[in-house]
Amino acid sequence: MGASDFSKLPHIGESVRRKEDYRFLTGAGQYTDDIDLANMTHCVFVRSPHAHASIKSINKKAALAAPGVVGIYDGQDVAADNVNGLPCGWLITDTSGQPMKEPPHPILAQGKVRYVGDHVVMVVAETLEQAKNAAELIEVDYDVLPSVVDVRDAAKGPALHDVAPDNHCYKWAIGDKAQVDAAFANAAHITKLDLINNRLVPNPMEPRAAIGSFNRASDEYTLWVSNQNPHVERLLMTAFVLGLPEHKVRVIAPDVGGGFGSKIYLYAEDVCLTWASKKLNRNIKWVCDRSEAFLSDAHGRDHASHAELAMDKDGKFLALKVHTNANLGAYLSTFSTAVPTILYATLLAGQYTTPQVYVEVDAWFTNTAPVDAYRGAGRPEATYLLERIVSRAAWEMGLGQDEIRQRNFITSFPYQTPVALQYDIGDYPACMNEAQKLADTAGFAKRKAESEAKGLLRGIGYSSYIEACGIAPSNIAGALGARAGLFECGEVRVHPTGSVTVFTGSHSHGQGHETTFAQVVASRLGIPVENVDVVHGDTGRVPFGMGTYGSRSISVGGAAIMRALDKIEAKAKKIAAHLMEASDADIEFANGEFSVKGTDKKIPFGQLALTAYVPHNYPLDKLEPGLNETAFYDPTNFTFPAGTYIAEVEINPNTGETRVDRFTAVDDFGTIINPMIVEGQVHGGLVQGIGQALMENCVYDKETGQLLTGSFMDYAMPRADDFPHFNIGHVCTPCTHNPLGTKGCGEAGAIGSPPAVMNAVLDALAPLGVKDLDMPASAHRVWQAIQAAK
Amino acid sequence: MSVAFHINGKSVSVEAAPNTLLVQAIRENLKLTGTHVGCDTAQCGACTVIVDGDPVKSCNVLLRQVEGKQVTTIEGLAKPDGSLHPMQAAFKECHGLQCGYCTTGMVMSAVDLCTKHPNATEAEIREGLEGNLCRCTGYQNIVKAVQQGAAAMKA
Repeated sequence: MGASDFSKLPHIGESVRRKEDYRFLTGAGQYTDDIDLANMTHCVFVRSPHAHASIKSINKKAALAAPGVVGIYDGQDVAADNVNGLPCGWLITDTSGQPMKEPPHPILAQGKVRYVGDHVVMVVAETLEQAKNAAELIEVDYDVLPSVVDVRDAAKGPALHDVAPDNHCYKWAIGDKAQVDAAFANAAHITKLDLINNRLVPNPMEPRAAIGSFNRASDEYTLWVSNQNPHVERLLMTAFVLGLPEHKVRVIAPDVGGGFGSKIYLYAEDVCLTWASKKLNRNIKWVCDRSEAFLSDAHGRDHASHAELAMDKDGKFLALKVHTNANLGAYLSTFSTAVPTILYATLLAGQYTTPQVYVEVDAWFTNTAPVDAYRGAGRPEATYLLERIVSRAAWEMGLGQDEIRQRNFITSFPYQTPVALQYDIGDYPACMNEAQKLADTAGFAKRKAESEAKGLLRGIGYSSYIEACGIAPSNIAGALGARAGLFECGEVRVHPTGSVTVFTGSHSHGQGHETTFAQVVASRLGIPVENVDVVHGDTGRVPFGMGTYGSRSISVGGAAIMRALDKIEAKAKKIAAHLMEASDADIEFANGEFSVKGTDKKIPFGQLALTAYVPHNYPLDKLEPGLNETAFYDPTNFTFPAGTYIAEVEINPNTGETRVDRFTAVDDFGTIINPMIVEGQVHGGLVQGIGQALMENCVYDKETGQLLTGSFMDYAMPRADDFPHFNIGHVCTPCTHNPLGTKGCGEAGAIGSPPAVMNAVLDALAPLGVKDLDMPASAHRVWQAIQAAK
Repeated sequence: MSVAFHINGKSVSVEAAPNTLLVQAIRENLKLTGTHVGCDTAQCGACTVIVDGDPVKSCNVLLRQVEGKQVTTIEGLAKPDGSLHPMQAAFKECHGLQCGYCTTGMVMSAVDLCTKHPNATEAEIREGLEGNLCRCTGYQNIVKAVQQGAAAMKA
């Protein structure tokens, strides 16, 4: 079935209430820490208190004698067992043609620590308190070394790794530099911009947690882990780190309390627990404290960039050139290297016809936690840079923020950008129009006058974002350095009475797949949503999977289920043809009934399912019994959600206090299956994006390398009273290359909103002469900018 | 140390070390795992329970402080037949939850807020939920749910 037929099915586009909610609302969810096994021990990790140090010695003697201690391991123990380091999943090739520098990433420190929070020793005891007490008795003698935390200082900082003496991981570039230089030579106007994309901590509300378990009788491991992609976790851990056969390892990601990217990766703790569970023959639980999460979860963003935009006299873009320094942190996390390259630079054409784009990226090691994908992953960084420079260009050219965008919008599809991507479909002017209507931009001048009468400044900011989702065609990803495939798997198991269990390789940690995917199946088969259950997050039950990230679940995972449903339908039609003594070609299926074209003969789906499992009257010579199909779907292109966001802020010039007064988001996600869930995704993304723009900032001390924002007391998380009610709208151009027409909606809010807010802030501050401001636009920073401009 | 109190209408006596936190007793001794721990600085509110009619962050209270008191956790909110409390039903109806982790504490705070302020405005609801962090929903549908739940609780 194709996208056009799919979108017309009953219940597609209906806000079906979520099947998963009852357990969450009654406290019956099963998060990793809620799982209690017999024979359980508890683990804590001794972490580095220093940003950079050599380990002279580790004395475990007193700790080993402490009450309840079961086992204590350090880097020497894992080395003695030949446990490998954590792999990086994406190989970037340097402009020199050499592979990126890929230093070892040990699961417990090998002679050196490289960031505050680096794992040094694991302590396992009968109770958590005993483990904590024993950890206090471990003496690690460090020789403290100088450190570097700011990406702009990395080149002259002390070397973290022997393989990268200048802390440089790679230089990477895309685009035609000569053509870009030629376009700049002929430009009527050039707009320049330096900006920082501030470092963020993802902070899902459930901190990471894991339980390692080993069964001697079957020689099998089980790892429960708060993770977004259990099959990927298993693949990386078995094939690259522990050298175990995959069929002997089961990874279960049960209810997971949010991820936002930070739970994609294979973390050292997960491997340590799995490895030690066999050594100790005990179940081992580890639950991350929030303070520990701040130190050890992969962080997001942290770019420092310079951009220049060349235009003709009418504000038509001729070329863009960008240089970005990207902070990778101390080690290469699983997908870290792809974020500031493949997922970033390829989006810098944005929604515009800019004929030439050249991007150069230098990626650096620093003494900070590893940096990897966080909601949007590279695309927020691209959108922030591009939409900031476009608004600045508008102001310099004396054009409206809307006008300069409209003059440059791509309007004909498919469109090949100068930075590798080919957009299949979109309607950017329609998104802009709808956003302006919903935002009542016509009333802005009046609202601005009202603010002024109160002594407040008001500004309006635009952002027209595009993102590439549904990652990715495996062959293209492979050519770009991915060390994994990026398909998805779905199994549709029709039971004898016509109810269905779906097994998906996607993982839901808040996105509502148990409902949306059930809607897809129920609509196709013409059965109630209640009759479809969705199973995810268990390598022991789901055939395979690549997991959930990059807004790929519906467009790739959902498409795999659609393919499995195609197979179900094809087989069921053959059974129906047999039962109704018709030819296969004459069987039609709609609204849960098989019928013979041109007759009143029909068989309901449930009866057909029963026949498949009780095959007394059945074409056994031609067809196997049963109705259970599996499909793997590999997309042929990315999907390209896009939209326009408009923010209005009010600023108190005396205090710098900045408040978002109005926010409008219009998105084109293609086909929408469940609008309630989609809008919920947008709301959440917006708050994370506006949080980045106004509040959130991860700060390391430049002298000591200590994390200064290590708790919710220091890191400003958005709360219920920080932002206004959002105004949400939609435009729909269905994706042309997947069977649902969907594009993905999980990240858009976080991608599109930061530049809209910052452009509004700069618009408000323009009369005071403020031209530059980096995120977050906290009251302190805004006040400082106002003072500096005086 | 033995501490006797009432939880979700039942009398219990918990044997635990003197430094045991209320949330540990709830989760580990009483196996009521609907109360969650999301931070270590009493900032996130995922562990919110009601003690003698007031919302309390159970990670920040010692077990012995609830001696003789009435504690209600999320497990005590639905009716014995499993039907949802009006606030729980409103959260489902308004999509006021995504991953579910903060939800249990959020619902407990919301029930308390609407018990004490049945006519709270949107601004008052937003301020009243300031002690509960949610990273998924962006709060918009939570606010809507609390408005709807407040109306249903009055009915």
